[in-house]
Amino acid sequence: MSDHTLTSLAAALKNGDASSRELTSDYLQRIERAEPTLNSFISVTAEQALAGADAADKARTEGRAGYLTGVPLALKDNFCTQGVKTTCGSKMLDTFVAPYSATVVEKLDAAGSVSLGKTNMDEFAMGSSSESSFYGAIKNPWDLSAVPGGSSGGSAAAVAAGLAPAALGTDTGGSIRQPAAFCGITGLKPTYGRVSRYGIIAYASSLDQAGPMARTAEDCAHLMTAIAGHDARDSTSAERAVPDYAAQLDAPLAGLKIGLPTEYFGDGLDPVVAGAVRDAVKVYETLGATVRDVSLPHTRYATSAYYVIAPAEASSNLSRFDGVRFGHRCDNPDDLLDLYQRSRAEGFGDEVKRRILIGTHTLSEGFFDAYYTKAQRVRRLIRQDFLDAFNEVDVLMGPTSPTPAFDLGAQKDPLSMYLQDIYTIAVNLAGIPGISVPAGLVGGRPVGLQILGAHFAEAQLLNVAHQFQRATDWHQQRPAFAKEIV
Amino acid sequence: MQWETVIGLEVHVQLATRSKIFSGASTAFGADANTQACAVDLGMPGTLPVLNEQAVSMAVQFGLGVDAEIAKVSVFDRKNYFYADLPKGYQTSQMYHPIVGPGVLDVTLDDGAAKRIRIHHAHLEEDAGKSLHESFTDDTGQEMTGIDLNRAGTPLLEIVSEPDMRSAKEATAYLRAIHAIVTYLGISDGNMAEGSMRCDVNVSVRPKGQAEFGTRAEIKNVNSFRFVERAVAFEVERQTELIEDGGTVVQETRLYDPDRDETRSMRTKEEANDYRYFPCPDLLPIVLDQAYIDQLRAGLPELPDAKRARFETALGLSAYDASVIAASRDMADYFEDVNNVCGDAKQAANWVQGELSGALNREHLDIRQSPVSARQLGELINRVLDDTISGKAAKQVFQALWDGEGENNSADAIIEAKGLKQVTDSGAIKAMIDDVIAQSPKQVTQYIDAEPDKRGKMIGYFVGQVMKASRGTANPQQVNQLLKEKLDAQL
Repeated sequence: MSDHTLTSLAAALKNGDASSRELTSDYLQRIERAEPTLNSFISVTAEQALAGADAADKARTEGRAGYLTGVPLALKDNFCTQGVKTTCGSKMLDTFVAPYSATVVEKLDAAGSVSLGKTNMDEFAMGSSSESSFYGAIKNPWDLSAVPGGSSGGSAAAVAAGLAPAALGTDTGGSIRQPAAFCGITGLKPTYGRVSRYGIIAYASSLDQAGPMARTAEDCAHLMTAIAGHDARDSTSAERAVPDYAAQLDAPLAGLKIGLPTEYFGDGLDPVVAGAVRDAVKVYETLGATVRDVSLPHTRYATSAYYVIAPAEASSNLSRFDGVRFGHRCDNPDDLLDLYQRSRAEGFGDEVKRRILIGTHTLSEGFFDAYYTKAQRVRRLIRQDFLDAFNEVDVLMGPTSPTPAFDLGAQKDPLSMYLQDIYTIAVNLAGIPGISVPAGLVGGRPVGLQILGAHFAEAQLLNVAHQFQRATDWHQQRPAFAKEIV
Repeated sequence: MQWETVIGLEVHVQLATRSKIFSGASTAFGADANTQACAVDLGMPGTLPVLNEQAVSMAVQFGLGVDAEIAKVSVFDRKNYFYADLPKGYQTSQMYHPIVGPGVLDVTLDDGAAKRIRIHHAHLEEDAGKSLHESFTDDTGQEMTGIDLNRAGTPLLEIVSEPDMRSAKEATAYLRAIHAIVTYLGISDGNMAEGSMRCDVNVSVRPKGQAEFGTRAEIKNVNSFRFVERAVAFEVERQTELIEDGGTVVQETRLYDPDRDETRSMRTKEEANDYRYFPCPDLLPIVLDQAYIDQLRAGLPELPDAKRARFETALGLSAYDASVIAASRDMADYFEDVNNVCGDAKQAANWVQGELSGALNREHLDIRQSPVSARQLGELINRVLDDTISGKAAKQVFQALWDGEGENNSADAIIEAKGLKQVTDSGAIKAMIDDVIAQSPKQVTQYIDAEPDKRGKMIGYFVGQVMKASRGTANPQQVNQLLKEKLDAQL
């Protein structure tokens, strides 16, 4: 099972080599065996999954099957799923059962895929190591002493361990790409507005975007085709036709112009990661691409701008968790203020509180212009950097993260944790798409190559990533942990 | 010292959209608690707002109605604060870039004088829910507050005036003018009792002649024209007394208590909220093109001011009648329908403002609920104009129409049935006059003996007797004329 891709399973289902029930049961068994060690799921919805699998098998016999019909998947636990606990990795929502499904969940349901359960994550998607979950830290299947990255660490670890062929994650500052890199899988953060945010519990609304996490770019392409598109319920979703992403995977790369942002190869980058990325770029040269250096001069301001804008939005987005209508409520409040203070003090973890405090501060009277307004100016400059770069090259390449996966508990200082995302954060600020693909192993831990494209260039990114995966086998490497689960 | 009052109003007008400003839930008033609140209104995790285009169109129509600049780009901001009836922990409003920019509203005061009040801006926002403080208790007997979120997300247009009003009368005149314009445009039902129009009043006083404003108090949620007048009166007295006693006015929020007819401090500055406004990332800016604005402008109805002017100049109504009738679109429409039937605007205005308004007020009815239709009233006036009945009899007929009497409830049937048709046959009137003169020899002698200038008064007795004999149906002018001829012949 650990070797299967979404594409191969879809083919097996189509050819009648396997039923969805068989696949689903197999994955559920693997989850049962692996979970005590990995902790990549918060909820495993075995009963619904098997019922869904049976329905998918029935649909197939009746000739109503689509590409994804019967394919098991996992969802990060910030996608609202009707009737299923949706926690966002927080005590605040430990008892929250969503009365509706996110648009992307509805789309996957309509496509006939089967949800195995909800994956563990950093609380409210705030984190880069998946250590801040109320449900405990997640382990990296490549090395159980390492973190899987975050915040979509559960989705990444589950796919890497073969507990699901693919999963959905969300990415606000790197939360799909960085865990994909740490876990040796492929993860795509689409253009802001490409995938509906309706029903995804918001962290930072102007940055959040859902995307696929899978073994291969080809798998991601099939998922993207299913989840992308305009949604009348999300005013920020783009009214733009959705291409068949899988149809463009095989386009040749001859003449592709690759830019290497000099700012992405500076101080702080682990030399072995730099080496792996440069090796990957050489592969592209053999495929006919040309490579040149480019500059994204405002890159060094990205982390600062992000940690003004994202916490500002989060402080407001998380105000609704007040103990009044849903979520955690403290016992025997004295009055309304006490209800708010204790419900929130008890329900939120440290990192969430930290970001609420930062955001509340930066939006305060007297600080707003100095922080928020200025950060938005920086954001426009960063975006312009990318627009300028894409006038000269087709895609940008660099490391997804400055280091391979670090050890559990290694990042004790929030600031050093924030700096893990220096190569991914600017992408969210600019709203452009980015993909991380496996490009090496260092000391048994994977290294990710990040490829960035212009707005709505997902098809091109998937094509560029797929061609790399045809020429290399990094994406086919499996952690020993995955092979040991039988 | 002479004091001058300075007043500015913030009027929250509930827009008459079918659904809420950011969700598809109904805005109908009076449903059971929390039955008209969907996941978006409840602020459920993951839900997102989608702007109701009808609310935008209504806001623009208002802006055009007060000659305001319409913003080509306006932006929603989040106003962050915690309250139990505020589901998301923020209100979506427009702080920095409102949809309606500066405008003007000309209001007519009670004495007929006109005053121009400047409008600073108007912006769109969502309403909050309601806290129900009736006694709710949980299983252990602990008292609780109920929350009804039916109103949460109802679209509001907040209209902010400049501090241009100088008296309670001007403030109420302005509020009435706002009421008139929004009901004319059909963008609000203007029902103040149901909270469709709510008003925050900013009041300050300053020595007459001083250029700077005094420190203001903001009186929240003053929800009737009369309360605005009362609240301002109380506040002006409080502030002037305070200053004259050597104190200073504190900038604060106060609440008007209609039961005790006073304003009370709600919260002091120490507790003042920092609302941490920032642009709402879930909503795109509202971008309007000129064609859209022009199309709405072309569809505007005749507005109160234009209607008032036309009533005065084209229909010959007095300034007062014109402004009172034009203040309500429903009354103006009714009046015009009556006038179209009877063709006598002055009579139509008298009846609408007199008998009809009196009867409606007595029974607390809206003019739309009048049991007497404009056509019925117009036909009744026609019978007065063509001398079929006297003005006095007409009031009887009106009451009968109101009570639903008569075949097909028509004026003519009632006149017929009650025998109210005026006697205009001079032969019949002369016969009655002869009878009265024959039965009143004493009064006839007195008339003949009286000084000529006293006779005019004395004839009243004979008129009364003839009218009585005719049971009121004789035409009084005719009786008067014929009696005079008859008596004067005996001199």
